[in-house]
Amino acid sequence: MISNIGKYFIMLSVVFRRPKKKDIFISRCINEFMIIGLSSLPIVVLMSTFMGGVIALQTASNMTSPLLPAYTIGYITQNSTILEFSPTIISLILAGKIGSNIASEIGTMRVTEQIDALEIMGVNSLSYLVLPKIIAAVLFFPVLIIFSMVLSIFGGWISLLLSDLCSTETYLLGIRTDFKVFNIIYALTKTVVFGFLIASIASFYGYFVKGGAINVGRASTQAVVISSICILIANFILTQMILL
Amino acid sequence: MIEINTISKSFANQKVLSDISAVFETGKVNLIIGESGKGKSVLAKCMVGLLEVDSGKVLFDGRDFIAMDREGRTTLREEIGMLFQGAALFDSMTVEDNIMFPLSMFTNMTKAEKLARVNFCLERVNLSGRNNLFPSECSGGMQKRIGIARAISMNPKYLFCDEPNSGLDPKTSILIDALIKDITTEYKITTIVITHDMSSVIEIGDNVIFLHDTKKWWQGDNKSIITTDNPEVLSFVYASEFMKEVRASMLENRG
Repeated sequence: MISNIGKYFIMLSVVFRRPKKKDIFISRCINEFMIIGLSSLPIVVLMSTFMGGVIALQTASNMTSPLLPAYTIGYITQNSTILEFSPTIISLILAGKIGSNIASEIGTMRVTEQIDALEIMGVNSLSYLVLPKIIAAVLFFPVLIIFSMVLSIFGGWISLLLSDLCSTETYLLGIRTDFKVFNIIYALTKTVVFGFLIASIASFYGYFVKGGAINVGRASTQAVVISSICILIANFILTQMILL
Repeated sequence: MIEINTISKSFANQKVLSDISAVFETGKVNLIIGESGKGKSVLAKCMVGLLEVDSGKVLFDGRDFIAMDREGRTTLREEIGMLFQGAALFDSMTVEDNIMFPLSMFTNMTKAEKLARVNFCLERVNLSGRNNLFPSECSGGMQKRIGIARAISMNPKYLFCDEPNSGLDPKTSILIDALIKDITTEYKITTIVITHDMSSVIEIGDNVIFLHDTKKWWQGDNKSIITTDNPEVLSFVYASEFMKEVRASMLENRG
């Protein structure tokens, strides 16, 4: 494990080297924005809308005390969505989707000698393959998470509207109550870190895969598991550092 | 010219190469032959730095590749072309983009110049007009030829071919061999071919090195391999009864 951590940091030191050709690097980044960012939009939209709806419904169904004001439903939906659901849970889902995609793509390139071909040509294969993925994840994850926040709150509103548990005015009042911009900054900071962890850890497992198709599959699973664990640990550390 | 001096390589406790020295001359097709699993590909990968040697030197026209740092190796590798066993084409790119890739990466050629070079390389391997195919749409033989086209696109000084005939029918194998031979002599390249295909040895083997028991066991050319009395070489080259008969008839004809 310790040797893997060392290898990971050595990998990062090679990844962050100046790309050979700027125009090729930019086109690779745009391509990764499409693969990592835009292709994740449907799952983020679906998950966030439904989970926002469920959060609002569960909060409403548990609000049995008449002492609690009705707008608490909107307040809790806003808080749980912005602080935890969107940045952490969506990142864990993206770790599964994007992490496995990156690890299997790079792993397949490794076992089919495509990475060797890059190296033989004199290309820094780590910088060429991994850096655009990290940049795309770090820059596009916050955009996805902002989408997720908005859609979760929207999903909560729709579910309450359909179930007639809370009026639109009361829900919106709850959403606005004690709204802190700092919470958004905190959530996006976490997202940037999670994006970096997912892209770099998945690349690490893909890049150093040995053997054939079975090992690529194994590397893909490991990438998802390890990046999920790292997200949870980073979440704890960042919460301690930023919120407390 | 490539010169290797006392190259040794082990994996864990298993010795794969022991003190191998050889000279691979420019303008000649240099073959490394041997049984499967005897370290042919390992030797080639050590020579281009894909594997680190335990000891020894690899000199590309006097430049010690092993002693170079990452930057130095990267620069020298721009002079190397390599055809991999499975062709190793980038499957997300078209044939044209595959061949154009090193040109885009390392030259300042205009789009038109690059396209002209790609078309020239494709013509050289008899694949004109296949620019827009993806590797998955090409046969094994075509992929190998595209691999050669990509390898020569930068006018390399050194060309490595790892089992260029594996998985190909005899006719396509002959075509690939002829292509390698032509390119080598035409552009004065130092070519190293890893193979265990005996027809390649006979057809294009200007310089043949036989690896056995982790060592360089024998060295000669496509003529001397027929007449050699080295028992290990004989048991490798003339493994089948048919080949033994061929050898007997060849020796008889020579008187």
